[in-house]
Amino acid sequence: MPTTPSSQSPSETEEKEPLHKRKAAKVDRLAELMGDRSDDGHGAGIWREAFGRMRRSPMAITGAIIVVVFVLVALLSPLIAPYSPTAQTWGSEVFPNRNEFVGPRAENWLGLDHLGRDLFSRMVIGARQTLMVGVVATFVGFLFGALLGGVAGACTVLGGRWGRQIDNVIMRVIDMMLALPSLLLAVTVAALVGPSLTTVMLAVGIAQIPIFARLLRGAMISQGNREYVLAAQAMGVRNHKITLTHILPNSMGPVLVQSTLTLATAIIDAAALSYLGLGNPDANFPEWGTMLSEAQRFLSSAPALAVYPALGIIITALGFTLLGESLREALDPKLRK
Amino acid sequence: MSSSTPLLAVDELSVVFHRRGSGETRAVDGVSFSLEEGRVTGLVGESGCGKSVTSLALMGLLPDRGVKVGGSAVMQLPGGEADLLRISQRRLRDLRGSQMAMIFQDPLSSLNPVVPIGLQVTEILKRHRGMRGAVARKEAADLLYRVGIPDPTRRLNEYPHQLSGGMRQRALIAMAVACKPRLMIADEPTTALDVTIQAQILELLKDLVTEEGTALLMITHDLGVVAGLCDDINVLYAGRAVETAPREPLFADPTHPYTVGLLGSIPRLDAPRGEPLTPVRGSVNDNIAWADGCAFAPRCDHYTMECLQGPPPLVTMENGGDGDGGGDGGGHVHRCVNPIDHAAVADRAVLDSPTVADEVEVEVEGEDEEERG
Amino acid sequence: MLRFIVRRLLQLIPTLGGLSILLFVWLQRLPGGPEYALLPDDATPEQREMLRRSLGLDEPLMVQYLAFLRRIAQGDLGTSLQTSRPVLDEFLLRFPATFELGLTAILIAVVIGLPLGYLAARRRGTILDFAAVGGSLLGICTPVFFLAFILKVVFAEGMGLFPSAFRLAPGITRTDITGFVVLDGVMTREWDVVWDALAHLALPGLALASIPLAVITRMTRASVLEVMQEDYVRTANAKGLNRTTVRTRHVLRNALLPVVTAVGLLTGSLFAGAVLTESVFAFPGIGSFVYIATQERDYPVLTGFILLIATMYVFINLLVDISYSLLDPRVRAQ
Repeated sequence: MPTTPSSQSPSETEEKEPLHKRKAAKVDRLAELMGDRSDDGHGAGIWREAFGRMRRSPMAITGAIIVVVFVLVALLSPLIAPYSPTAQTWGSEVFPNRNEFVGPRAENWLGLDHLGRDLFSRMVIGARQTLMVGVVATFVGFLFGALLGGVAGACTVLGGRWGRQIDNVIMRVIDMMLALPSLLLAVTVAALVGPSLTTVMLAVGIAQIPIFARLLRGAMISQGNREYVLAAQAMGVRNHKITLTHILPNSMGPVLVQSTLTLATAIIDAAALSYLGLGNPDANFPEWGTMLSEAQRFLSSAPALAVYPALGIIITALGFTLLGESLREALDPKLRK
Repeated sequence: MSSSTPLLAVDELSVVFHRRGSGETRAVDGVSFSLEEGRVTGLVGESGCGKSVTSLALMGLLPDRGVKVGGSAVMQLPGGEADLLRISQRRLRDLRGSQMAMIFQDPLSSLNPVVPIGLQVTEILKRHRGMRGAVARKEAADLLYRVGIPDPTRRLNEYPHQLSGGMRQRALIAMAVACKPRLMIADEPTTALDVTIQAQILELLKDLVTEEGTALLMITHDLGVVAGLCDDINVLYAGRAVETAPREPLFADPTHPYTVGLLGSIPRLDAPRGEPLTPVRGSVNDNIAWADGCAFAPRCDHYTMECLQGPPPLVTMENGGDGDGGGDGGGHVHRCVNPIDHAAVADRAVLDSPTVADEVEVEVEGEDEEERG
Repeated sequence: MLRFIVRRLLQLIPTLGGLSILLFVWLQRLPGGPEYALLPDDATPEQREMLRRSLGLDEPLMVQYLAFLRRIAQGDLGTSLQTSRPVLDEFLLRFPATFELGLTAILIAVVIGLPLGYLAARRRGTILDFAAVGGSLLGICTPVFFLAFILKVVFAEGMGLFPSAFRLAPGITRTDITGFVVLDGVMTREWDVVWDALAHLALPGLALASIPLAVITRMTRASVLEVMQEDYVRTANAKGLNRTTVRTRHVLRNALLPVVTAVGLLTGSLFAGAVLTESVFAFPGIGSFVYIATQERDYPVLTGFILLIATMYVFINLLVDISYSLLDPRVRAQ
């Protein structure tokens, strides 16, 4: 493609070479020089770019390792746990009212709890319950929150006057839910329905609805103001198609980040519900929050009973938070520089 | 003019950014130019060529960490000369705003949104001229009036969002000239403005230079601005000056293919109907390291094997073709192994056509020999 | 300004109205209906029927709802099942304690969080920054009641540095004027009372401050980092202003705007945290009272508490909006 230049060649020998050969040589040389710097990541998608950045972030790596270990333990817990988490096998060795507890030993790696149950098995099985509460609650919050926020956002962007009315009504409801702190909302729901595992998951999940709704709506409105939406409208693309194929996919970033963070919140809120006596009353399914609130009574004589589940909750929540925060940072165009 | 010491002599300025994980980027790679009082010097180039980084380096406004600045920038100051790149941050803070000032590209984001315009003007008067209270406000109002803001006393209490784009830029200029600096840097001051406002702002800058004898460094990608305002022009590409010349010779006889390309890409009203614009193909990202050869080669229609063998040297033109611009002082310098001698002959339409390329080469080569012989 | 406040107040009406409907429906849906909630479990059917009629429960729902609204407007939140006294009186009695605790927590959070977040941003990437970010993430991820227990076990029961329970040491005499212990102590110059009250506030205040502190630190850090990149900060530097002027007038003034909003949004979670913290330290505030109410299913207290929090939240955020508009001229203009 490049045409040949106007100057004379430097040496006699080169000048005698055929023109096309000289052209080929310089094109090759140019390609060689440019090849050195071609892998600078131009044109990669924003998700790929974000993952590239996260791979270099110690925060993200720490978070990812914690989450992976936690999920693996939770999924494989029946295989890992050496004993039944509910069998009071060593009940005769523990006397809480005399401050006699059994610490770590060869057969019980973390010792026994106040009823003579194997603490390690309870921690491992508890991971499973904790993960389930976290995931289901987050899913509930995500599903209903995204639905409300999505409808509100789509109505605002493309619905005209009527759309804004619908958005107004939805947002008033969301505002109302937001006026109640998430934990209290959960307490309300739990107190209303009565304590059970389902209640805990629903209560914690419902409490997260307003955050998801507001996030998705905000992201959709900001996307809706972009020129590409106007362009699509100008070309006569139908509203529902613009929403589903253009606005929604571009607005999901913050919502997905929030899901990761919500998993952490859900685990902590579930623990608080247990502490308030609104947790899962079914003793067959040990859950870290319940274990922690049961162990508070023995905190001065046997702190380990409380410390293990507490550490479990803190580290897991930290893992999800680190992952979510670094994902948010990696996706944030303002912080990318 | 060239015999006297210039107000600011920039020599081999280089700026290298180090970034964790992705190595280093040479944003400015050995730029030299000098600024004279009462003259406007242009730094011209596409975005990413290092022109803004050059200005920030001179002002000492680059981030502290991850940046390495090399070369020298010697400025004549009341107390003797000083190298702006070497003096202490404290000293630099004293100079900024008083001896040298800067005007930025986007006037809205360059003004603090929560502080009234008046305070943003008086704070610089207080800092460098020790003025306070009513005296400072009076002077601030005078400054605003001078840069063409009507009803300045009322404006003092307003916030940036209450002003129009042109007014905001005028306010920024008022802050820049508040202490009568001897050096002023304008970084694309008109890009964010309407065309009609652009002309007014340029006119204002021109007046300030003539009245105060300030040296103005004009950073722009707009050749129209250059033609109307600049006395001397430096064309930057990939962190290096590729062509330096006074205005007339540069426009009459551009020699570097990049300059020719830039000039060719200006839309012209007198062009024949239906003639397409001729942009410089590719983008700034298609380049090679200067150490390997000419960074512009990948986008150049004229490159040869020679262009790819080491950095091209700076060449001073004996006389700039037939459009003799010697009267303006300063030489015509370019950094090209295969300069274009007659921009007029280098008709883009012919050069772009690959089918006749070989014939053209012969033709042009023949002409070259004629001239040189 | 006045128009702005009036408009914001009008916007509150639908929110509070919706909330009252929610509460009304909740009371209807309580196991066995409101008469169960309002009467002890061993009440006879005759008593229930009488209550139903006296409460107007045989009336249409709309009439009942209006009556419910009227009662709320008159400050009648029902009667506590635990103490058989009006819920509002119980709350008012305990309000000063909780207010003191909440204020302590917010003060701790702001006084430590703002400078810490600012320094972390200025020294980005240093040990200090790492510690501030890591510490605040840890603070967010630690269950408040567990932190409260740890503080109590370590600093009160273990080292004996602080009292482990109550608002004042038993046996200390004080003059009661307003119900606010610290304020009364200062007014009457009973410095031993002030000192003792502050010692009692320290640990629960710290526990309650953990989440606001973490949020404010992170928020300030992120905000300062963002503002330091702004063009107007570069302009301020280009004008040669003193570092101090640049940092206060140009960086901090803008960076604190989002933090103000965050503090407002934290009030809600502060009340929830008070329930958890006060119960651990047997602090005699609304939180402890509500904690017992959750154990005892004291529904009128729970309903009243929700109403109280929602009102406080709405009111405090109104204040935040007003102060925000004073701080940011762009909002004022709209």
